Amino acid sequence: MIILENVSKKFGTGVYGLTNVSFTVEKGEFAFLVGPTGSGKTTIIRMLIREVMPTQGTIVVGNWNIIRLPGRKVPDLRKKIGVVFQDLKLLPDRTILENTYLPLELSGVSSKEAMKRAEDILGKVGILEHANKFPVQLSGGERQRSAIARALVLSPEILLADEPTGDLDDDTAWEIVNLLKEINEAGTTVLMATHNANIIKKLNKRIIKLNKGVLIGEKNDKDEEKPSASDAPEEQKEQEKKHEVHEHKKTEEKKESITDKFEQALKE
Amino acid sequence: MKFFKTAWKNIRRSPYQAFAAIFIMTLTFLAFSLFAIIFYGSSEVVSYFESKPQVTAFFKDEAKEEEIDSLKNSLTESGIVSGTKFVSKEEALKIYRDQNKDDPLLLDLVTADILPASLEISTFVIDDLTLVSDTLQKSEIVEEVVFQKDVVSTLTSWTSAIRKIGVFVVVLLAVVSVFIMVIIIGIKVSQKRGDIETMRLIGAGSWYVRMPFIIEGVIYGLFGAVVGWLISYGILLYATPKLSYFLKGVPVFPLSPSFMFSLLGVEVLFALILGTFSSYFAVLRYLKK
Repeated sequence: MIILENVSKKFGTGVYGLTNVSFTVEKGEFAFLVGPTGSGKTTIIRMLIREVMPTQGTIVVGNWNIIRLPGRKVPDLRKKIGVVFQDLKLLPDRTILENTYLPLELSGVSSKEAMKRAEDILGKVGILEHANKFPVQLSGGERQRSAIARALVLSPEILLADEPTGDLDDDTAWEIVNLLKEINEAGTTVLMATHNANIIKKLNKRIIKLNKGVLIGEKNDKDEEKPSASDAPEEQKEQEKKHEVHEHKKTEEKKESITDKFEQALKE
Repeated sequence: MKFFKTAWKNIRRSPYQAFAAIFIMTLTFLAFSLFAIIFYGSSEVVSYFESKPQVTAFFKDEAKEEEIDSLKNSLTESGIVSGTKFVSKEEALKIYRDQNKDDPLLLDLVTADILPASLEISTFVIDDLTLVSDTLQKSEIVEEVVFQKDVVSTLTSWTSAIRKIGVFVVVLLAVVSVFIMVIIIGIKVSQKRGDIETMRLIGAGSWYVRMPFIIEGVIYGLFGAVVGWLISYGILLYATPKLSYFLKGVPVFPLSPSFMFSLLGVEVLFALILGTFSSYFAVLRYLKK
């Protein structure tokens, strides 16, 4: 369902966001994309909807080869994948119902049918009573549910959730995770990026571990943790070294800039 | 319909920008309407004078009918004259009485004897008037020649100048309108950059994003055209009695409603083009793929 082969991403600054990442997520699977901030989780999700392109490698999502996909087909790809964005991206000037309705409108569903389906999905995620409220009027958990509703309203085969429990308290986070679990049990492939160790541990699902843009291990729900094929220690060290050199360079530049300013101030 | 609703919502949520856009469009179309009316009116005045006898020869009292006929035939045979009309002393009196029927004092003093017989001559080409006038002046039976060439050529040069000024002003205002519209739509696109990015990420195509902005531009254009036209029609109706008095005898005012509605049609078309062009230019400029 989702295949990444030797995917690397070099940003304009020269820093690698991802280095030779390869993994597969099967149809109907629930997988966690795990790693600390800056490990490349969001970059992978952004690549899966072709918000950013990899520098090298191959990405296949369903029947779509992301690299070879013509630009005019990108909207079609995005309609087939439900995404819960890290910052939710709910439109602030539209009600929850209108936000949920939007993907249906984009897909050309008739307004009557779209309204019915939007209400149905809001009912399923448990926020139908807030349908006519604006995002700003809802709590964090309710907004998260709204984003999930919007991601699911077109019944996608794949759901990508980027830190959906990020800003939530434990109870609300669990409600969201259980909702995603139910969605997965209904047949949707779920790839959830998170760094919440508690959830990962308790849910006991497949884990794809990243660190500084490198895949450092995978663990299936029944297996013991095993290091990734691309997780050659030399490679990881090299990537970490690159990262450290970049950080060191940035600190030096900052120091120089402060010294210059200080000297200039003294002269004046 | 959904695009129209979104566009309308965008307009309502930023009324000052909408007002500025409609105001500049109104100015453009008001200028367009006024110059169109002036141009049409002046063209009508010119064609009225052109269609009227352009040279009038007044005969001496002793001129005989045979001599007048002979002069008339020689002019007709020259091939440059498009029409002639003889007005006898009696007919001249009748015309005089018609023109002054409200003033009995003027009627009492005049008889057919003191009014001269005349021959009204028009030519195919305005430049031939000089030749006809010279010929008539050489004739011994002609007392006086009244020649309208100067009136017509002055009017023609005025009409031409008005046309040039009108085209310049309208083009200038249209260019300013396009720039202002591009800026206003550009501001709106920038304000909604976040929403546009979100819509694109959940599958919105380019046209889905662009269409409300283009419709917004068209709405500004149409509003401007209709309001500008209404103001110009109001000014025209207000000025019609004064203009009719000023151009006494020249049947130009009131202008026919069909002309005004045709003008509205042209302006609506022009507004569609102007609104679409400027908003499309703005979305291309501010909404890169």
